[in-house]
Amino acid sequence: MSAGAAPLLEIRDLDVDFGGLKAVNGLNIEVREGEIVSVIGPNGAGKTTLFNAISAMVPVTGGDIRFEGSTLLGLDPNQVTARGIARTFQNVRLFTNMTILENVMVAQHCRTKRGAFGALFNTRAFRQEEDEIQARGEKALGFFGSRLVGFRLNQPASVLSYANRRRLEIARAMATQPKLLLLDEPVAGMNPVESAELTGLIGRLREEWGFAIVFIEHDMSVVRDVSDRVIVLNHGELLTEGDYADVSMDPRVIEAYLGQDTIIEDAIKS
Amino acid sequence: MTATETRPSALAEFAPPRRARDLDWRRLARLGATAAFVQMFVSLTAMPVRLDERPVIESLLSLGYLFIGVIPVIAGNRIGRQVKLEGVPIHRAGRYELLGGTLAGTLAGAGLSLLVILITHFDIREPLVNWSPQLRDLLSFNRGPVFGVLIWLGIGAVGGLVGGGLRLLPTRWRRTLLTMAFVVVLAAILEQLVVDLVSGVGLEPVAEWFYARRGGLTGAGAGVAAAIAGVASFFGRGRLKAARARINTLEGPARTKANAGLILLTAAVMIVVPLLVGSLTNELLANVGLFVLLALGLNIVVGLAGILDLGYVAFFAVGSYTAAVLTAATSPRINPELPWFVALIFVVVITGLVGLFIGAPVIRMRGDYLAIVTLGFGEIIRLLFLSDWLSGWFGGAQGITAIGGVEIFGITTIDGTNPRNIFYLVLVFCAIAIYVSWRLERSRLGRAWMAVREDETVAEAMGINTVNVKLLAFVVGAILGSFSGAIFANKVGSVFPSSFLILVSMVILVVVIFGGMGSIIGVIAGAALLIGVLGGPKQPGLLQEFSEFKLLIYGALLVWMMLARPEGLIPSARRSRELHQEEFLQDAWLRGQVEADEEAGDEPETAERS
Repeated sequence: MSAGAAPLLEIRDLDVDFGGLKAVNGLNIEVREGEIVSVIGPNGAGKTTLFNAISAMVPVTGGDIRFEGSTLLGLDPNQVTARGIARTFQNVRLFTNMTILENVMVAQHCRTKRGAFGALFNTRAFRQEEDEIQARGEKALGFFGSRLVGFRLNQPASVLSYANRRRLEIARAMATQPKLLLLDEPVAGMNPVESAELTGLIGRLREEWGFAIVFIEHDMSVVRDVSDRVIVLNHGELLTEGDYADVSMDPRVIEAYLGQDTIIEDAIKS
Repeated sequence: MTATETRPSALAEFAPPRRARDLDWRRLARLGATAAFVQMFVSLTAMPVRLDERPVIESLLSLGYLFIGVIPVIAGNRIGRQVKLEGVPIHRAGRYELLGGTLAGTLAGAGLSLLVILITHFDIREPLVNWSPQLRDLLSFNRGPVFGVLIWLGIGAVGGLVGGGLRLLPTRWRRTLLTMAFVVVLAAILEQLVVDLVSGVGLEPVAEWFYARRGGLTGAGAGVAAAIAGVASFFGRGRLKAARARINTLEGPARTKANAGLILLTAAVMIVVPLLVGSLTNELLANVGLFVLLALGLNIVVGLAGILDLGYVAFFAVGSYTAAVLTAATSPRINPELPWFVALIFVVVITGLVGLFIGAPVIRMRGDYLAIVTLGFGEIIRLLFLSDWLSGWFGGAQGITAIGGVEIFGITTIDGTNPRNIFYLVLVFCAIAIYVSWRLERSRLGRAWMAVREDETVAEAMGINTVNVKLLAFVVGAILGSFSGAIFANKVGSVFPSSFLILVSMVILVVVIFGGMGSIIGVIAGAALLIGVLGGPKQPGLLQEFSEFKLLIYGALLVWMMLARPEGLIPSARRSRELHQEEFLQDAWLRGQVEADEEAGDEPETAERS
């Protein structure tokens, strides 16, 4: 936790209310450049709501979200993405009837600019940009080895297996050329081998692509292996934060996850 | 590939034949009764009476009799539908089909027998205008009610037997027979077009030999047509499909060359055909062209961007009125009498602005709400043109009349009196519309439209400004529709608010859905079939006898299409994938293209919607 320049993402006193229900309540979080932060917490703790608030998909009731020093409040989701924050979804939401290549090509929309006229007259600039879009898309897909490239490129995303759909969704987020990647339960539903592999990829995402990563995860082995810092939410509030060892031993965290009784039982045992 | 080709038919050979005593009586009763009801309903709409004026084969068969006679055949055929387990038929066709078909057909025929009896004994012409002796005579072949009752039972039984019997034939023979029947009926329906075309080439005697003087094929003509179709179908089976598959497997320059060849060929046909046919047929072609243009425009909005626009006629109207005001000398307020091509620039600009103006509030809505609001705007535009408030500008209900033709550099003038030139003008704009659709679909914008159609929320989160992108689709669609409007104004020579009823929006939408949303060729085919054969909202088609029942048939076709082939006549690959994801995945799985999860071995989920 070296004190450096201003944080990449800075969340101050964030409130998100859903008609009286405080899904996020007075939250303060900072994410620095190149940091991998995991967000954990029991169901209903406000983890996905936090992601939705950052990506402007739910209205923020109070507080501020600042990215690279300027606020994200009042922006549309597409403007947030253009500023450099990309996300995946808890329940994989691909464009299933578009091809795998098209999925990553369409994600570069906000990084490219040729409009209808370039397409109509098939200008040199248009063709050049199309080639670049394709090359960048293939590069993002290539990150996952041979799974998503080759003959797969022109197949619809619906033929992919569940694990590969998750991979493609990450590739699609990578293709938007973000600085900060928000991954909502990236290994949910994967078997241990696949989730171990993806854990390794999360580390590589930072080293090779330079992303800062915030991810929500329930799988504690993944959290332990890759996060620089763990943020624990409960009832929309920050319970605690710190490195994995500290957080996992924190009685409040154990209580939030397992309930009061277990703590007492554990105490009796030890 | 081999796996998919040999699958169903080859496996059917191992199944036991279906026995007559396994007959599904409830299904039989339901099917027969439905067919009987349909026959009675169709008869009471007086459709057969009108269609009786249209012979298919001279003094043998009229379209009216064909129409009601084919229903028992369908019922007889449907009863033998294969029961499939996981895509594999569990029975081979057997005597079941013959018995079931005959019974279902008889039941269907009994509907008309009942109708003959009822008409003889009761008179309810008060609510049912067509409850007439004329209908009874038609139904009993002018030979008295007893004959009528018996003949329809007989026709039903024979028709059902034929329908069921079709199931027993080997696929090749069945396909040949159906092709023969189809070609004969098609030849009769397309009579005007064919006669015109054949005479245009200078083979009038051939046309006279094929078609009887009072309409319909001659007996010999029908025989020859059927024979040619039969031979072509029997020996040419699969050739067309194979040729298409060959073209589809080509890649790179060879593919480009093949495509260019096909496009040139089509263009040549489109240019030559109008020279050969008379003005009546050219008028028909021009009408079809106008609707193709409209449908292509709507296809961008509905098919590509997924915005269900029920008020598309608004842009047709704005295009028409703008062209009328700017070119006609009689325009009430301003009459600059611009040349048509200059006016077209204003048409594009003004319709684009109207598209923006209507689109800006509408586009923020989704789904059903959006559809309803567009419906409202479609009506508002028409009512504005009709209103007293703007009658000083647009002439109110009197509209604008005496609109001049399109002058082309002083060489020639295109107006309604010369439908051939109108057709060429429409053709040029259709080509533009096709080019625009084709280019945009394969661009950054087209991909964004697809993403918006698939999942708007995610598209927005992936950095697409959905409002702008959808608005652009709306405006591009509006401009293409306005071209059609501008040509329409100069073709007809007058514009009235009553030309832009909500019905026009519906017809265009039906054309797009029927043809295949998102598919350029499909949309053109849909327009040719619906507008060319049945006719547009006010334009007559080849089957003028149908014009009273046009909407009924549109509705029936649409319902049937949604049940049998929801992706449309000639669908885009993407759309059929969307609607048949399970089958698609099954086929892909058979080709070994779907992967199982690496260790868990789960089946991939078929739909991923939340």
